[in-house]
Parts: sequence; C-alpha cells; structure tokens
Amino acid sequence: MPKVTIDDITIDVPAGTTILEAARMIGENVPPAMCYYSKLKGSGGKCRVCLVKVTKGSEKDPRPMPKLVASCRTAVMDGMEVKNVTSPEVIEARKGVVEFLLVNHPLDCPVCDQAGECHLQDLSYEHGAAKSRYEFKRRTFETRDIGDKIKLHMNRCILCYRCTQVADQLTDQRVHGVLGRGEVSEISTYIETAIDNEFSGNMIDVCPVGALTDKTFRFKSRVWFTKPVYAHRNCTKCTGKVTLWYQGEEVLRVTSRKDQWGESEAFICNECRYDKKATSDWKIEGPAHVDRHSVISQNHYELPFELPVTQKKLQ
Amino acid sequence: MTEVQKIEFSPEAMLEVSRIVSHYPQDKMKSALLPVLHIAQNEFGGWLSAETMDYVARLLHIHPIEVYEVATFYSMYNTKPVGKILIEVCQTGPCCLNGAEKIVSYIEKKLNIKVGETTKDNMFTLKTVECLGACGYAPMFQIGETFYEHLTEEKVDMILENLKQEKLKAINN
Amino acid sequence: MGRKLLLEHLNKANINTMEGYLQNGGYRSVEKALKKMTPDEVTEEVKKSGLRGRGGAGFATGMKWSFLDRNSGKPRYLLCNADESEPGTFKDRLLMEKIPHLLIEGMIVSSYALGCRTSYIYIRGEYMFILRILEKAIAEAYAKGYLGENILGSGYSLDLHVHPGAGAYICGEETALIESLEGKRGNPRIKPPFPAIAGLWGCPTIVNNVESIAAVVPIINDGGDEYAKIGIGKSTGTKLISASGNINKPGVYEIEMGISVEEFIYSDEYCGGIKNNLELKACVPGGSSVPILPNHLLLKMSDGNPRLMTYESLSEGGFATGSMLGSGGFIVYDEKACIVRNTWNFARFYHHESCGQCSPCREGTGWMERVLHNIEYGHGKMEDIDLLWDIQRKIEGNTICPLGDAAAWPVAAAIRHFRHEFEYHVKYPNRVFDEDHVYQPEMKMQKV
Repeated sequence: MPKVTIDDITIDVPAGTTILEAARMIGENVPPAMCYYSKLKGSGGKCRVCLVKVTKGSEKDPRPMPKLVASCRTAVMDGMEVKNVTSPEVIEARKGVVEFLLVNHPLDCPVCDQAGECHLQDLSYEHGAAKSRYEFKRRTFETRDIGDKIKLHMNRCILCYRCTQVADQLTDQRVHGVLGRGEVSEISTYIETAIDNEFSGNMIDVCPVGALTDKTFRFKSRVWFTKPVYAHRNCTKCTGKVTLWYQGEEVLRVTSRKDQWGESEAFICNECRYDKKATSDWKIEGPAHVDRHSVISQNHYELPFELPVTQKKLQ
Repeated sequence: MTEVQKIEFSPEAMLEVSRIVSHYPQDKMKSALLPVLHIAQNEFGGWLSAETMDYVARLLHIHPIEVYEVATFYSMYNTKPVGKILIEVCQTGPCCLNGAEKIVSYIEKKLNIKVGETTKDNMFTLKTVECLGACGYAPMFQIGETFYEHLTEEKVDMILENLKQEKLKAINN
Repeated sequence: MGRKLLLEHLNKANINTMEGYLQNGGYRSVEKALKKMTPDEVTEEVKKSGLRGRGGAGFATGMKWSFLDRNSGKPRYLLCNADESEPGTFKDRLLMEKIPHLLIEGMIVSSYALGCRTSYIYIRGEYMFILRILEKAIAEAYAKGYLGENILGSGYSLDLHVHPGAGAYICGEETALIESLEGKRGNPRIKPPFPAIAGLWGCPTIVNNVESIAAVVPIINDGGDEYAKIGIGKSTGTKLISASGNINKPGVYEIEMGISVEEFIYSDEYCGGIKNNLELKACVPGGSSVPILPNHLLLKMSDGNPRLMTYESLSEGGFATGSMLGSGGFIVYDEKACIVRNTWNFARFYHHESCGQCSPCREGTGWMERVLHNIEYGHGKMEDIDLLWDIQRKIEGNTICPLGDAAAWPVAAAIRHFRHEFEYHVKYPNRVFDEDHVYQPEMKMQKV
C-alpha cells in the first residue's frame, strides 16, 4: 500500500487513492471540494479549490511537481509528500480561486434557499476576502425551470458539472447539459425541456450552491429554522433512507442523507423526495447528525456537550 | 427565413454525411457531429435552428442536448439566423496592427449596421472573429470558405458588391 | 541563403498535385520507410534528429512517440494537430495549402512508425478550403497506392481522414482536440491519463503539429543525423516562422535554427526591416501566448551576445528578460504601437477562447480583459495595474490546461516591461487616440 504524507501526517492508503481521498481518510486538513463528488464518475478537477502542493513526487521519483495539482484527481504515489494548509502558496492560490468563484456570483445569500448549507458560503467564510476587487457588472441569466420541481438560478452556478454528471449517470435520457462557452457557459436544457426521470431530483442534492433548488421548498423557510430527522420507508426504487426537514409538525422537504463531506450517502428517487411529505409515510429514526459548526445545528438538539464553555452557558 | 423549410438533407448532402460517418468506427458515430453540423448549417440557411439540431441528433443517434452543447460551444455555428452573406472580420492583434479596426468601422458605416447586426434587406451580417491564421496578410475577412486578404476600403467595396450581385442573380434564377 | 527542408519546392509548378510533387522527389520517404525500415528504426531516426514539437511546447517528438502504449491491444491513433489558431501563427496553413502532399507523406511515415491503422488530421473549421485541398490530395494518394490496403506491397495499411473543427482555439490543446474529434465540446481533459495511454476513444494516441509531421519526411529521406547537423544545440533543423506586424515583408519563412533575431528582422531575405522606416519597439517571438520583449532585450541576451532564433536563446533569462520560441508566430511592433491596446486585444482573445471549464481561467480572463479595457479607454486607476498583476499570477499554473498560462503571460510581460505605458494611460486619461490607435506620448502630453 502506498504511503503518503499530507501536512506532516503519514497514512497508508490503497493504490489508486487520490490525495483528497487520502486526506479524508486522515480526517484533518482536508482540501475543500466544490466540483469533486466521490460518487460521480469523472467529477472533479474543475473548480481548483482543492489545489495542493506536491513537494515530493514519490519514493522512486522524489522531484516535486512543478505546479499545484488538483488533489481530487491526482493519485498518490508511494512516498509522496503533500502540503495543503502548511503551504502558503496553496493558501494563496485557494484564496485566488475563491475570489474567482465569487467574481460573478450574485451574493444573494439573504434570499437564497441554499444559505446555511451552501458550500460556497462556507468556503468564502474560510478563505474569502471581506471585499471584492471586482468592479464590473456581473453576468446575469434569467431563472429557469427545469421541470416543475427544480428551479435553476444560473447566476449562482459555479459550473461544477455535478448535475450534468448526475443526469448522465443516474438517468437514461439526458436532456440538460452545459451550453455556451467560457464565462457565459450555462447549465440548460436549451429548449425548456422538463427532466422527466425518477432520479432527477438528485441534481438538487449534488449542487454545491443555490443554483438548483427544490421548488417544493422554495422560500418556505430558512434551513436553520428546520429540524433534520433521519427516516426511512420501503421504496422499490431507491434505498428509501432520507432526511426529513421539519418545521413544527410539518415536513417541508425531503433530501438524501449527507455524509461528513456533504455528499449524498445514497441517491433517492423523486417519489420519496417530492411525494412523501407526511410523517405517516416514514419510519422516524431520530435526529440527523449535523456538524456542530453548521448554522443548522443552532438551537437544536445535538448538544455540544464536549465543550466546557457551552456547558457553562447551558447551566 | 420566413417560409417553413422541411428539415431534411438533400440527397447530395446525405451522401456526404454517409461518407463522413464512414471515417469513424461504427460505434463512434458521434465523432461525425462537427462535420455534419457544418453541412447542416450550409443546407439550412446558414444557421442551426433547434429543429435542425434535433434532426442531426436523430441522424447520428445521439441525444439532442449533445448537439446543443456542441453547437453553442464552437464559434462557427450560428444559433441565430444570419444574412445571406456573413462577413467575419479578424480583429486579433496582428490584424489590428495593420488596420483591422478601420476596416470594421468602414464596413459598419458602409452597411449602416453595427458588429453583430444584419442589414435590413437580410443580405449582410457583420461579425468580428478572433485570429483566422492570416496575420501576415492583414487586414482580412472571411466570407463563406474564402479568405479575403490585404483589404483596403476599395477592395471591400468591390468584394461586397460582387457577392451581392451573385446572390441576387442566384435568387432571381 | 539558409537550407530549406520543408518549403524547398514551394514555388515549383503543380507542387500541390501528386504529379508535381512526385517530380520533385515526393513520397521517397514512404518508399524508404515502408520497404527498408522497421517502425522502430523510423522512430529511432526521429529521435536522432532531435526534432522538437513545432506546435509551441517544443517537446522532443521522438521521445513523445516512445511514450505510446504499444501493448494495450487497442488500436493506436496518430492525430495531426492542424488547429492552428495561435494569434501570429499561419505557417501550417501555407504548408497545407501549397504542399499538401508533404503533410500526407509525413502522416504515412509517422503512422507506420507508431503502428496506426487509421489516422486523422484535425484542421480548424475556418480552414475549410484547406480541408478540401487535403481531401483532394488524399484521394490522389489513395489512387497511387500510398494510402489504403497494403501500401506499396509492404503489408502496411493506413486510412487517413481530415476532420474539421468549428472555431475554438482551445482545440489546439491535445486533449481538447481529442474531445472535439469525438464530437464533444472542446473541454481539455484532466491529466493523467495522458493521450499516449488513453486518448482518442480511450485508445493510445499521439498528437503532433503539422510542421513536426512534415519534418519527418526530410528526416527519413536524409537521416536523423543529417537533420541534426542544422541548428544549434538542442534546437535542430529548420523552423517555419510566421512573421507579421509592422514589418516590410510579412509572411512565412523557413529558417535554419540559430540565425540571429536581428538578422531575421532586418535582413531582406526575411522580414526586411520595420515598415515606414520606424524603429523597432518590441516583439512577440512565438505567438501571442509568449511574453513580449522590448527591443533591447529582444536583440541581445543578458551576456551581451546576440539573441538567436532557437528554443534556448529566446528563452534565455527566463521570463524576467527572455521569452519563448513557441509556435514561431513572430509579431513585430514599431515605435508607435500601443502596448496597452495590444495587451487588451490579446486578453480579449483569451477571454473569448476560454472553454469555461475551470474557474481561474473562466472568471480570470474576463476580469483581465475588463480591467485592461478600462485602462486603455481612460477609466483606469493606478491600483488596476497591480490588480492585473495579481489576477494573472492567480491564473498562471492553477488551471487545467495551458490556456490559463497563455492568457496570463502576455499580461505579465507587458506590465513587466512596459509598466510606464500603463501608468501613462492612467495618468492622462483625457487624451484621445488618433484613429490609428498609435502611442504618441508627446502628442498626448500637449493635450493634457
């Protein structure tokens, strides 16, 4: 098994593991990922936020790599040494990428349904600057409907290509894709075609930003006012394992369950997502795990008992 | 184009399509997409309508979106109607050193349109494009498959007039 | 007069036809390679010649060929990159337009060396008229038995096709070219895997520039050693240079590597000096992507010796005082040329041509163009110059493919060597250009 060292922590990983996956195995200093999605073939490499510095190529060929590499698409070699947060060059480049991602982003978080669970928001919070140096008009698109359940806010899109990969890999009839070129590329169906497929709703779950949102949930609440609960049902199409998002007694939306990297644990079908919004449809398992740092966890049940400071507050 | 045209290749175009398709392995028909779109654009009025693209998708057994993705990526495909004569003036560095910008504004004035527009009689569309590989023979423009190089205002007058007469003749016949 | 290996017969009658080409010694290398040499021997000659990729990167062609996976059991492909779109470069066009059989001959010999059954020439869509010329020449080659089944009774068979692009500079990047040939958007692939392992339709693939493939013909005819005798050091053989801009004799010239830049610009054999008796101000020696050099750095290296037309000499001093030979797109600027305007023009080009796949290039190229537009049109601020520098620095090296670098380098070099011109534009925003957009500081001074 190849041995790789990331930010001075060494780990043995199976051959073919990427640097990013190796970092996830270590669990610390994991490079962020906006376009990479472990469950989608061919994803990654595009957003460039996961760039890292390879200071030693391998035991066999110890030369450093000349440029920063996308950790999500670079396989580890035995003896490889990688710098992520310990490299000022990486931090600088990442800051640059975040700035580029925000250049044309509308920053309309106050009216965006994704706010509170948006990866771009997290990323900007961590790496972004308080002020933009971009002084020009942002590119704008009209909002579009992709079918009757999904809203496309192209202005917010960062062109991660995940949704087209979902459409390509989970569904048999691909009707949407990336149109145009360069700065004005857009996700679109070209001639307003509905995506009529039982798994199309997963495009919402894989979208790292608020470009694709669930129309049945649109403007109903802020995510941090809702309570996520794990539940399941017997479904013939998917695993039926979901997260229900409650406000009071009402199920406002249904999504797949997310793992600690924000990826769906299993893709769910549209019936579970859109048509089963009564508690009686589900067997409730219990509160969903929400990262303590997430805004969603505020006022909620998963008590941060390990922190003495907060404990004090609670008393 | 005002009259509704039936979207179907002429027998000659069809022959050309099958010749092109034969260049690629049988299960790689999609590879023929770019050359077939060129033929489609020539056949159906110089641009690619949604119907045309759907037709090409059917011919090559691919999803329509795969055609849209490609047609909107490459700058030579027009996804909006253009005039009968499409003038594409190179506006990149070396051409500009030799007066390409003056040629553009001359044509704008002459035809009374701006870049990207079509004349009222639907005869000319003016477009600026990036480097066409004629830097040593600047300034230049491309109309159809022909490169017109070492342009001067007089030359532009002559070329456009000749092409216009040709088109009118073709229409009247 | 330097030796000519590629354009020797350029002006011979009917050189574009099979008959004319054969009369001038055409297809000898096919006879020689297929009948007397093994594929490995052909590769060996190319290695010996020291030929380096003529498309811009300058990677050793023989070395590239040796990376091809020959044991995959899959078909292998040779793709000729005729997507010539680098501003300032128009050499491949001349070669294909006037001597189409030279490329076809090179394709046959190279395909034989690589063991390809089918090969493609990917030509930019705007060169449709050249595609027709090539197809005609290919038909002639089939008729003469140089292509098709069992070529010249050697047992080797090859099919050769021409595939048009449709207007995308990015398709000159080899993985984007492959995507485009597969009928997709020209989005460069993330490497690895490299095309030599998994390229066209997942099969081992080699992509070579038109000029590189054409150069294989004289290499096989005369031997790799003979070819390597021309030139200096690791810059062997002849190179086609596309000369444009403010010079008396723009055009394509075949030079022996190693003549001096000064000779190339001023000699009557080549550019014939600067137009209108003006002074040389600057030059982009290798296509729009490479750094621009002011005249004093262009003509002399840091040790005071004259700069030569070779890979090494043009890049001497790194980007601080050097540039690159690149694709040989030699753009010359006279004293009146406005560097800011030119930089904006190139930035617009890269903005237009960015595929939009990765964020630094997609967002950064547009940003640079807008800032440069502001400076050029009198709305710039002093901070904008530093901002530009910072943007290009954050694009360079951080993108999927080299287009990001290609967009960043011209901006960086312009600021590095001509910062005063940018500052001038910012300081005197109320000046009006004369209609030729010439840079005339004195005139502008008076107006302010």
